[in-house]
Amino acid sequence: MTKGLKGITHQAIPHDSAAKHATGSANYADDIPEPVGTLHAYLGLAEQACGKIVNLDLSAIRAAPGVVGVLSAADIPGHNNISPTGLNDEPVFATDRVEFWGQPLFAVVAKTRDQARRAAKLAKLELRAKKPALSISEAQEAGYPYVSAPLKLERGDVQPALQSAPNRLQGKMVVGGQDHMYLEGQIAFAIPGEDEDVEVFSSTQHPSEAQHMVAHVLGIASHAVTVSVRRMGGGFGGKETQMNIFAAVAALAAKKWNRPVKLRPDRDDDMMITGKRHDFAIQYDVGFDESGKILAVDADFAARCGYSADLSGPVTDRALFHADNAYFYPNVCLRSHPMKTNTVSNTAFRGFGGPQGVIAAERMVEEIAYSLGKDPLEIRKANLYPAMDSTEAQENGHPNALTPYHQSVEDNILHRLIEELEQNSNYQARREAILAHNESNASIKKGIALTPVKFGISFTATWYNQAGCLLHIYRDGSVQLNHGGTEMGQGLNTKVAQIVAEAFQIDLAKIKITKTTTEKVPNTSATAASSGTDLNGMAALDAANKIKSRLIAFAAEHWKVETSHVGFLPNHVQIGEELIPFPDLIEAAYMARVQLSDTGFYKTPKIHWDREKGMGRPFYYFAYGAAVSEVSVDRLTGEYRVDRVDVLHDVGRSLNPALDKGQVEGAFIQGMGWLTSEELWWDEKGQLRTHAPSTYKIPLASDIPRIFNVELADWSEAKELTIKRSKAVGEPPFMLAISVFEALSMAVASVADYKICPQLEAPATPERVLLAMEALDGTREAS
Amino acid sequence: MPTMRHCIQFLLNDQTITLNEVGTGDMLLDFLRLNQRLTGAKEGCAEGDCGACTVLVGRLVDDELIYEPVNGCIRFLSSLDGCHVVTIEHLKGAEGTLHPIQKAMIEHHGSQCGFCTPGIIMALYALWMRTAKPSREQIEHALQGNLCRCTGYEPIIRAAQAVCYDQDWPRSDPLLDERAMVKEALSKLKHDQSVLLQKQGDSGPEQIFIPANEEDLANFYAEHPDATLIAGATDAGLWVTKFLSSIPALIHIGNLKALKTIKYKGDSLTIGSGVSYSDAMPDLIKAFPMIEPYLLRIGGWQVRSMGTIGGNIANGSPIGDMPPILIALGAEICLKSVEGSRQLPLEDFFLAYGKQDRQPGEYLHSIHIPLMAANNEVAAYKISKRRDEDISSVAVGFNLVIENGIIRSARIAFGGMAATPKRAQAAEKTLIGQPFSEESMIKAAQILEEEFTPLSDMRASSAYRMKVAQNLFRRFYLEKANGFTGLEAAQ
Repeated sequence: MTKGLKGITHQAIPHDSAAKHATGSANYADDIPEPVGTLHAYLGLAEQACGKIVNLDLSAIRAAPGVVGVLSAADIPGHNNISPTGLNDEPVFATDRVEFWGQPLFAVVAKTRDQARRAAKLAKLELRAKKPALSISEAQEAGYPYVSAPLKLERGDVQPALQSAPNRLQGKMVVGGQDHMYLEGQIAFAIPGEDEDVEVFSSTQHPSEAQHMVAHVLGIASHAVTVSVRRMGGGFGGKETQMNIFAAVAALAAKKWNRPVKLRPDRDDDMMITGKRHDFAIQYDVGFDESGKILAVDADFAARCGYSADLSGPVTDRALFHADNAYFYPNVCLRSHPMKTNTVSNTAFRGFGGPQGVIAAERMVEEIAYSLGKDPLEIRKANLYPAMDSTEAQENGHPNALTPYHQSVEDNILHRLIEELEQNSNYQARREAILAHNESNASIKKGIALTPVKFGISFTATWYNQAGCLLHIYRDGSVQLNHGGTEMGQGLNTKVAQIVAEAFQIDLAKIKITKTTTEKVPNTSATAASSGTDLNGMAALDAANKIKSRLIAFAAEHWKVETSHVGFLPNHVQIGEELIPFPDLIEAAYMARVQLSDTGFYKTPKIHWDREKGMGRPFYYFAYGAAVSEVSVDRLTGEYRVDRVDVLHDVGRSLNPALDKGQVEGAFIQGMGWLTSEELWWDEKGQLRTHAPSTYKIPLASDIPRIFNVELADWSEAKELTIKRSKAVGEPPFMLAISVFEALSMAVASVADYKICPQLEAPATPERVLLAMEALDGTREAS
Repeated sequence: MPTMRHCIQFLLNDQTITLNEVGTGDMLLDFLRLNQRLTGAKEGCAEGDCGACTVLVGRLVDDELIYEPVNGCIRFLSSLDGCHVVTIEHLKGAEGTLHPIQKAMIEHHGSQCGFCTPGIIMALYALWMRTAKPSREQIEHALQGNLCRCTGYEPIIRAAQAVCYDQDWPRSDPLLDERAMVKEALSKLKHDQSVLLQKQGDSGPEQIFIPANEEDLANFYAEHPDATLIAGATDAGLWVTKFLSSIPALIHIGNLKALKTIKYKGDSLTIGSGVSYSDAMPDLIKAFPMIEPYLLRIGGWQVRSMGTIGGNIANGSPIGDMPPILIALGAEICLKSVEGSRQLPLEDFFLAYGKQDRQPGEYLHSIHIPLMAANNEVAAYKISKRRDEDISSVAVGFNLVIENGIIRSARIAFGGMAATPKRAQAAEKTLIGQPFSEESMIKAAQILEEEFTPLSDMRASSAYRMKVAQNLFRRFYLEKANGFTGLEAAQ
């Protein structure tokens, strides 16, 4: 008897932890019971932004209640550095210079967290203060260096093309940063072992890096360090490198006092200490013809990187990789400027620089549209890369399909996607209605915009595109699945388990998804770049297939049938004429001494990238999507509401439509937050003043679109051989929220009859929206 | 004082907790997580803004058992005497069956990382218990105090709608089933004694006083004028969790019955200083229906359950939500102490930034709000980066008396425009005797520049504050004369 399986691929099943989430029984790092004798560490932070350290007096701390000791740079047996790219520019504890407000200087270890936290406030820092360079422009004026080597992407001959273009526009755009605001903050819990061993429970997307950093700081081998994470309460890129300091300090204290040590910063401190999405200042020069077709683009992307490089190099690279978004630039030159500033070192955040590139492309489209008096959608369509089935796309290296980094776009489905979305959302009629509304209504201005996204999938650091898995089948037929990816809410574990369930044709319930630990799978890549399922799913399938082929060979021999007569059916195995329950086969295989455990491995094929030349194929494939957003804006206050959003997004053949839809909806709202209410604000002394949810406003339930239609393009199938022809989903839909920003821009533009492209800065807070309308109103009155 | 107790008692899920030693800075969330190992409630922000720590607190009000969501992170442990604290762990049925809300959240994919989920479920649970078939707006209102960074909320709202609509109502549920038992248990915990808790803390002796009546309050406060009065703790909780202040002595007045009354006297509404936003809301809306949209944007549900209108006044903040509209309405406050009582116009209470007209030992007793006449035109507006659960950049209350199209009197008060909540007196003066027209309002708005010099800070720039404050004069006119209702009208 065989019944259908629950939980194989392409099924919409709930997140594997959903019941635990809902009952409060899902454990996060802070929920792990603390062994007797656990101590608590807390970081002491600089309360000035820039200067040379003259003296740091910690005597009052040592005398404070409950304090066991203080750790500073002198206590570090290994290296006082946790730069993830090996640039040696990121100390655990600052020694001679303070480079940003909130920089960790020392750590207090005490009996309780409260005691450690209070004692950390008692330091006296004497600084020879220097004026900090906080913003991109201040850093440029002060002649600050780049934090890492800039990138140039070039194709064609941009200057002559610009000069001969019938139309040419230059502009500047400022795009703000974003805090991750993961609901679970940073945390590390270290338990010392024998010899040099230490085990760290870290809320991290990158256990192998945390392991490497702990070893590096302690001056020990990586084999002595185990880093584990069952799940995170959100990551979004904020736990790709930013966990390092917490893991390293907790481990340092645990080894020094030979006691378990937990380190969990308060939310305010978390937001001061950890990096954010980079804000950008973008300058563009675009040439185009009368129909709106782009002829040449020359652009500079300057980013506020903070005091050290962290991942700013690859982030600013990815901004350039996406500065074309979905559009073909016949002649192009793009340059990155990763600026050092006296602010926290910025880091990975969903999209990883891509959104800042895409929004620049969309601003250029807007500029062209307003200057030609056309609907921006018309300009978008006119400039799309060739469609997947067109001759240009099929001829590798065809000049019309080339990106600024010389990779051919061969899988573009945006023509069909946009067409469908435009129809289904009734875009044209609604745009007409909105134009009419704005004509007659002075108080409420409306806007609508359809924006596409094309997002490159793969780490641009090619070596990161690898993954491992360790799969065990126990004698009772139950399966334990360990892979190198981490679970931060995206449902990675569920999807990978679905793949294994399908491979063996067993119910998902038979598969135990374990915590991610460096003990099981070594040298893992960060769960980032939307690649978690692509990489780990393939590695898991590889492991499953290895065991499967041994089981098939065994069954054929044992039951004396051809291997072609062994087949996996739901919870059973068909062997010749016999139908055997899966656990029975496993037991028989065990008795016959068949290896029931194996590793799996995967590396993404076809990709290569030469950064010096700015040429290669950094991406295995592209994911696509488009959204239409409609907004209403209050002319008197700049307040607005998102009335309706329609999304059509491409995830190839979805491994789990429920989880994928959840990613699309969640990414959209997070992207909307980035472009609307989430504002990072530093005072003139360099202190971040929006450092908690009371001052930093992420979207609430009442901010989401009044109508929110989200569809997956169910006809799409990955052109490349991805896992089950699915596509990555974590980051691409984040950029769909640019449609909200452009719709706001249209509402603003209505004030001056759409003749001028509003220079709206992001985030478009009610303040920026009102002031942009006032500015346009001014131009109209003046003319 | 006659007899004094030296312990507090409350129900935690199904057990009675008795505490003899409580620190002035001890918070409910730490007690749950560290002391009781109930780790379902999470710490997300420790300032009452994210809702991950949401638990329910039940209390007996006139023999009725009322449950409200609160932020465990800023709820003083010592404030729970006589209450029922319910955590997510209590929601499962006897045989481990899931509550319908939990089931709906799973089925509708309402959790991703799951960290906010217990708090969201507790808020939805509170809604489910008291509101049959809530509208989408009511669901969003119930979730104003809960952040989710993963889902974009849509599946959470779908789950809430499913559980409230697709199934029969009402249903079996732990708190509904246990209601009689809990009532009885809470009645047994009831007492009429004041409570004094003392403890030696890290930075000195700490004492907590919970007066049983106003006399005890006045006497204790007279003896300990430096004690901190705590009503809802939605501000004072942050002194502990964010500024790490040590509080040597605190007095809880949040459950003092004498301060929790709402009365209509003659042509005024009197609200006790201990009345929470949630409790005051129905009467405020009844008396001043036009400010309902404004009131619905104050805090999150958790903050409204705890926070009081009295506290919003007494803490003296220049950006409190209530003072501007209350000043515009002509509210007066009553201050009391062992010396007696006095009454003063609310606007006179705010002397300067951080300085109020309150003598040592004096506490805010009540707020008297005159009811409106038929010819009053009243409105309140709030400008903030995010519509809900945000601190205003600018808040304003308008109250104009208009007779035959002529403005006879004007009271306009702003928050966020000066170091205290402040009346726009020059603008008011300009309006009196003028026709109620857009031109009059624009002219009056221009005068604002003469009497206000707003700050630039992380909430808004000085220029925006001024511009939007002026534009709100036009908004007021458009609303009253043309029925313009802002973005609501666009729907």
